[in-house]
Amino acid sequence: VLKDGLRSQVSAALKEGRVTPTELCQRCLALIKSTKFLNAYITVAEETALKQAEESEERYKRGQPLGVLDGIPIAVKDNFNTAGIETTCASNMLKGYISPYNATVVQKLLDQGAVLLGKTNLDEFAMGSGSTDGVFGPVRNPWSYSKQYKEKSVPKSHSESRESNWVIAGGSSGGSAAAVSSFTCFAALGSDTGGSTRSPAAHCGVVGLKPTYGLISRHGLIPLVNSMDVPGILTRCVDDAAVLLGSLAGHDPKDSTTIQDDFKPFELPSLTDVSKLSVGIPKEYHAPGLSSEILALWSKAADLFKNAGAKVVEVSLPHTRYSIVCYHVLCTAEVASNMARFDGLEYGHRSDMKDSTESMYAATRREGFNDVVRGRILSGNYFLLKQNYEKYFVKAQKVRRLIANDFVKVFRGGVDILLTPTTLSDAAPYTEFIQEDNRTRSAQDDILTQAANMAGLPAINVPTALSERGLPVGLQFIGRSFQEKQLLTVAKWFEKQVQFPVIQLEEVKRHDNGVFQHQKSASFS
Amino acid sequence: QKVSVEVLDHLEHLALVDFRDWEGVERLQKAIQFADQLQEVNTDGVEPMDSVLEDRCLYLREDDVTEGNCTKELLENAREKVEEYFVAPPGNIPLPKLEERETFLQGS
Repeated sequence: VLKDGLRSQVSAALKEGRVTPTELCQRCLALIKSTKFLNAYITVAEETALKQAEESEERYKRGQPLGVLDGIPIAVKDNFNTAGIETTCASNMLKGYISPYNATVVQKLLDQGAVLLGKTNLDEFAMGSGSTDGVFGPVRNPWSYSKQYKEKSVPKSHSESRESNWVIAGGSSGGSAAAVSSFTCFAALGSDTGGSTRSPAAHCGVVGLKPTYGLISRHGLIPLVNSMDVPGILTRCVDDAAVLLGSLAGHDPKDSTTIQDDFKPFELPSLTDVSKLSVGIPKEYHAPGLSSEILALWSKAADLFKNAGAKVVEVSLPHTRYSIVCYHVLCTAEVASNMARFDGLEYGHRSDMKDSTESMYAATRREGFNDVVRGRILSGNYFLLKQNYEKYFVKAQKVRRLIANDFVKVFRGGVDILLTPTTLSDAAPYTEFIQEDNRTRSAQDDILTQAANMAGLPAINVPTALSERGLPVGLQFIGRSFQEKQLLTVAKWFEKQVQFPVIQLEEVKRHDNGVFQHQKSASFS
Repeated sequence: QKVSVEVLDHLEHLALVDFRDWEGVERLQKAIQFADQLQEVNTDGVEPMDSVLEDRCLYLREDDVTEGNCTKELLENAREKVEEYFVAPPGNIPLPKLEERETFLQGS
């Protein structure tokens, strides 16, 4: 049951009483415990989760479930406010901070009966591409422990392999991706500012959806870059992502950057005919550093569409290579502003320094932020200095328009959807990843995902195949603004064609078999 | 072109965050170098973009009080408070000048 898709299987199982919400919750909690070494969760809200599960069970008994999500265990990235539960952003600055309110997206999930298992690990304040720079330690990619990866790796010694070979989960929503990938929850919320949902989704072999900017409320999501942040959705299949999207999208009076258009949740059709589809292949996404494996996979995918009758054309997004530089300036500038709220007075860490307000603020921030955060704040302040404002900040805003216009031109030219790689390579071993500093890594890794945030477009990672090392590789689809239905329909078609393998994890097998010893079901592999 | 100590000091004042060591300063230098690539792009006649939703009107609600009265919740996360006040150390005292401050920039 842990491996079932939401809509087709688990919800049905809950409705028919084949499994109860409490059983489901308990199983996920037990699995979280036995996969603790992944470090995917910062806080596990065991008591409240069980209580929510019980309440859900009561509703099912009365035959009145709130919807498809009733009783479904989910996890939330630790930069979303969750009432009564610690929200840390993986930073010393917010250790011990108990949110007094729920982020709108969290509230929506709870209102539909979802069971909140806990808060997942991330890079500090969502700054990073590996989920390695948070104060609670790095997140380990569950695939590091998969049969598929172990078979392909050559450990120097038995004890060394488990400890030193593990690969990163990607970031910054690595905890959420790892949680979904290891079956400890059915869906998780992440956030996406430069690729933070799609990139870990690619590395962990799960579906990662970045919705159009303005579709889903950011109220309660601790902001990084107000003009680019969006809540991200991580699930094991595209249909589930559509379900989550349906329950989260829509205008929120508490977030004035959400559009006021009516949003109608949709079910995804099973596309059989792609002959009317026009797929664009942006040549600039053949970026330096792109592994030959992924290049080949991308090419194979393009052929897949071609052979199925779709129109596949090469297109150009000429300003792609400036996207990451532009992001670097705009991001640090907005970060400099957004991090100014952390002064120790109203919430979060407060230094003991008492000499003056300013010295207390300075000491608090020195003690609370890690190098990455401090670095971005200082860079941002530099770009915003009067003497630099035009040359850097305004310049970057102009380049942003050029980047957004590149996409407009391509879509206006008849292309329905773009197909690109999501990452430059499969997940790197942790020991290798940390040899470069955070900014360099982010600059390299975000190159393929960042432009969609610049232009506010919806994009999705679909797990495609395993690399030679036995690790997941995903491909990305970028769609037109607010055309999530088309984007997800194509993604679903593609998902069906590639049949990405299920991860084979010891721990999951043990837990699934433990409770359902006497049942045989097609959902077990 | 290296950033002068005056500017570094100014940044520390503005950001209320310190560079801590030479690595911090190097990080800034590299960030500036990286950002300089923007100068290669021709942006003549291009308007700066604030938001991708610039063609739409922001939602503005009625100026009616619909929520509040949550003083207790809001004060809960503050470390130092007295009755319904957040307590701060004395204000209007500027950070000490570079020579008098305990900052690594002093040595430079």
